[in-house]
Amino acid sequence: MKNRTSAQKGVLRRILSFSKPYTVYLVLAMVFAVISVGLTLYAPILTGNALDLVIDKGLVDFDGIVKILIKFAAAVGITCITQWLMNLCTNRLAYCTVRDIRVKAFESLQNVPLKYIDSVSHGDIISRMITDVEQISDGLLMGFTQLFSGIITIFGTIGFMLSIDLKITLVVVLITPLSLFVASFIAEKTFSMFKVQSETRGELTSLVEEMVGNQKIVKAFGYEKQAEERFDEINCRLRVCGVKALFFSSLTNPSTRFVNGLVYSGVGIFGALAAIGGNITVGQLSCFLSYANQYTKPFNEISGVITELQSAIASAKRIFDVIDQPPQTPDPENAVSLETTDGTVTLDKVSFSYSPDVKLIEDLELAVKPGQKIAIVGPTGCGKTTVINLLMRFYDVDSGEIRVSGVPVRQMKRDSLRSLYGMVLQETWLRSGTVFENIAYGKPDATQEEVEKAARAAHCHGFIKRLPNGYMTEISDDGSNISQGQKQLLCIARVMLSLPQMLILDEATSSIDTRTEIRIQQAFDQMTEGRTSFVVAHRLSTIRKADHILVMNKGRIIEQGTHDQLIAKGGFYFDLYNSQFSV
Amino acid sequence: MFRLFRYLKDHLFESIMGPLFKMTEATFELIVPIVMAKIIDVGIKNGDSSYIIKMGAVLVLLGLLGLLCSVTAQYFAAKASMGFGTSLRKDLYRHINSFSYKEIDKIGTATLVTRMTSDINQTQTGVNMLLRLFLRSPFIVVGAVIAAFLINARLTLIFLLASPLIGLIIYLVMHFSLPKYTSIQERLDKVSLLTRENLVGVRVIRAFSRQDEEIDDFSQTSQELMRYQIVAGRISALLNPATYAVVNIAIAAIIWFGGKTVYAGDITQGEVIALVNYMSQILLALVALANLIIIFTKASASAGRINQVFDVDSSVVYEENASHETSGDNAAAVEFRGVSFAYGESGEYALSDIDLTINKGETVGVIGGTGSGKSTLIDLIPRFYDVSKGKLLIDGVDVKKYSSEELRRKIAVVPQRAMLFRGTVRDNIKWGRPDAADEDIYKALEIAQAREFVDASPDGLDMLIQQNGRNLSGGQRQRLTVARALVSQGDILILDDAASALDFATDARMRKAIASQTDGKTVIIVSQRASTVRNADKIVVMDDGEIAGIGTHQQLLADCPVYKEICLSQLTEEEAENK
Repeated sequence: MKNRTSAQKGVLRRILSFSKPYTVYLVLAMVFAVISVGLTLYAPILTGNALDLVIDKGLVDFDGIVKILIKFAAAVGITCITQWLMNLCTNRLAYCTVRDIRVKAFESLQNVPLKYIDSVSHGDIISRMITDVEQISDGLLMGFTQLFSGIITIFGTIGFMLSIDLKITLVVVLITPLSLFVASFIAEKTFSMFKVQSETRGELTSLVEEMVGNQKIVKAFGYEKQAEERFDEINCRLRVCGVKALFFSSLTNPSTRFVNGLVYSGVGIFGALAAIGGNITVGQLSCFLSYANQYTKPFNEISGVITELQSAIASAKRIFDVIDQPPQTPDPENAVSLETTDGTVTLDKVSFSYSPDVKLIEDLELAVKPGQKIAIVGPTGCGKTTVINLLMRFYDVDSGEIRVSGVPVRQMKRDSLRSLYGMVLQETWLRSGTVFENIAYGKPDATQEEVEKAARAAHCHGFIKRLPNGYMTEISDDGSNISQGQKQLLCIARVMLSLPQMLILDEATSSIDTRTEIRIQQAFDQMTEGRTSFVVAHRLSTIRKADHILVMNKGRIIEQGTHDQLIAKGGFYFDLYNSQFSV
Repeated sequence: MFRLFRYLKDHLFESIMGPLFKMTEATFELIVPIVMAKIIDVGIKNGDSSYIIKMGAVLVLLGLLGLLCSVTAQYFAAKASMGFGTSLRKDLYRHINSFSYKEIDKIGTATLVTRMTSDINQTQTGVNMLLRLFLRSPFIVVGAVIAAFLINARLTLIFLLASPLIGLIIYLVMHFSLPKYTSIQERLDKVSLLTRENLVGVRVIRAFSRQDEEIDDFSQTSQELMRYQIVAGRISALLNPATYAVVNIAIAAIIWFGGKTVYAGDITQGEVIALVNYMSQILLALVALANLIIIFTKASASAGRINQVFDVDSSVVYEENASHETSGDNAAAVEFRGVSFAYGESGEYALSDIDLTINKGETVGVIGGTGSGKSTLIDLIPRFYDVSKGKLLIDGVDVKKYSSEELRRKIAVVPQRAMLFRGTVRDNIKWGRPDAADEDIYKALEIAQAREFVDASPDGLDMLIQQNGRNLSGGQRQRLTVARALVSQGDILILDDAASALDFATDARMRKAIASQTDGKTVIIVSQRASTVRNADKIVVMDDGEIAGIGTHQQLLADCPVYKEICLSQLTEEEAENK
């Protein structure tokens, strides 16, 4: 328990360290809070004093009232202004802080090793970047405004009340914590109910996500009835536990209000008795009554603020987890930038595995001469992308060395290495933005002509022209306004624009319609002409043209050689090749 | 929002009792200042301490009664709102299930999921708050004004001026800040989009070394988000000071004019204090109302989105008491008669003038490029979409004459997207036929070339599949989806590019097994690979929404230029000719 609180404190301190550049706002907010709370507390004293001047028929001191009311107006005016200013400061403080946290987390994502991004759930990261960061901002806002002014209010009220009467103050101070106690008692009791509720809700959400998200398949198998039955069952359970959780948690409000009522009655009774004894005036009693209301309010709010802060801390932990991901090893100080390459790639005793207990690539030797075409083939899921990961240095080799134009890649700047390759991946990725921006992604200063030229070379100029806004057409969120094949073409155009000396093509043409595919094939042939290319290939016609073939299975490279050599060997490749004609 | 109130009908009792008890509680609360005034005017003035204690006891009693009423009210509100949510959820889900592919395409499954989950939760919260607070706040305001009137009619004027003013302030603040929240939501969506994009496209981004630009872009969006948040915050922050000011001016007015009235002897000191208290109660009630309005606005927006879904009617309506004549045995399994089809209302046909007969027991290959209409063609057969023109017959009977169950039983589909569900392998395969025995499942797995890896798992058929089949490779998923379709006893089996993630060897073995072990079944195979369809009894070549040719491999090679082109792009001439 102690560890937990100290860990929480650490997280809180860290959130505050993000607020450091905005300390000015924090200080200002505190100053304004003290002023506005102080004056808010002063106001009932003034009204109380004024009320004491209103005694009975013919017994009203109007001059005195005017004087007090002028003071009162000034107090109210200043309170309003400082309250507003305080809110502005805390807003700015909280929003600036979370913006910085968000950007920092995003930066971290740009610098982590790919291993991290490949291994985490993207949905989870997104929810950290959105929901969790919003939670921090809510927590900060509430923390800064309510917690802070709440505490000032509590102490201020006690001070003011003590200055009037000790006994009645004791009544207020002793009864009020009861509401805190009741609130935390209810919170504790309802915690397990909420847990059941959120678990059941989670169950329902994941069922809905699965079923509605794949509604077409549900329909194809006529599974609607069964899905509805499962849905109804969970829905019913949700209702039962939901009513429980909702009801018991909503007891907090009436109960604390009841405690407030007790405080109010207590002040009324003791105050009135004191007034009979002449210890206080009626105006002071009225002042006490309004303090009784003010004093209990922060107590009621603080329990809410603490819950909010706790979830903010939990959220902060999740986002700091992203920020704290160790970045990839930085490029060495004296890293080389290769401007060009002839296209020689050497793999020297390269070993690699994703996890230490499953060895994948061991002592791989490969010497690629400029302009050679290397085909990587093998059954689905055999780990063909591993080779791309290593060539592009998305992952580092465990031992051995990869050299480009004789320079070990570890001694090169990553950016420089990657710019030597043009890459078209199987999963087409386009950014939100216009078609133009996407083609010019690698070269943002490209001219319209250059982009069009690249588009023509990738055979997408035609369809782009037919889009509603041509090159300026926005590619929508899910890319639904262009087909999969067209996306693929745009990815090719993106590479065509700069056309580096070495190419990595990952089953690039597998979903492009057959006739365009032929033209693309020709374009690829021209493109790869004189360039070193690594092709993860499915089509045998491509493979046959390759200078060298790497045959992979279950993550390992099991055979390599030319087509003829491999056929002659009669091994795995031989089977793979012949299987096409087995029916 | 109000349209959805029909779901409260089943919980009418609770929905009425909730607010009723809440108002009773409010009434008790309104009595408090009067009692306090009595304590001051009678108790203190006369120095009657037993009266004070008696009245104090009344205050405690009022609090206790308030507590009881309020707890009862919360109970009814909780029951009614959860009941509301449950019925609404159930109905919406039934409605979504009635959609055909056309409606699913139009709305999109992702939004359907949000509407089913967070939108319904939001409206449920809205209803709960509504039942608890909506009547209470206006009631307190009105009650306080009436109580003030009972004390002194002229001083009530202050109340009649102040309350609408506070109302106006609340209205104005909301009117100007709520649209800002929409902009905030938009920026937040963009932040989410950028994050997703960067996670998915990390390889491309790094390949082009664009990390810094991406960070800049993200910072800019975050900056915009912050700006909108600050602007919205600035407006909302006005609410408290402004209402505070109005209330305190009103209190000052009460003291001043109240003083005059006391001077004239019309009211007492205690009554002035009671008036001040009523003013504070009005403030609290109106602020609660403001919070309620925010929740309610959100709930209405959600309700609007839910109603949008309810407003969409399924375009495919099944004849549930299907009483069609049974067909002769020699009718074709599937027959397209002059079929045209358009996705939207655009009128642009995705398929036009299709005439095609598929006989029972035949294996038919459908080939063509992306966008040529292959998938559209086969989606019409199980009536995922209705034809726009022409007629589609299954076993000689119009497809519209079948009930949905009959159709699903007759036709088994392997969709393009190899999608599996959380549960065991057995659960998943049983989708095809709920009463399938293990041996049927094993047989299907064998044909689909999936037996090997299922057996390799220590749990066999009980092997757990994670959501979306994440723990399986693309090829494994595809093979299981094929098995799922095979286990159903449908006469017609449709494979929509079901082998795209398989290597040639497995693909070939699977096709061979399907051909030899499912005799009598009509099999329709859609593919982009010439090698996959070349041995079919009949090959249909699709091109730009039309049939470019029907025939065997050899026939088409000889006289269908589209087919020839496709083959030659994938096979060498020699391979293409090779039997």
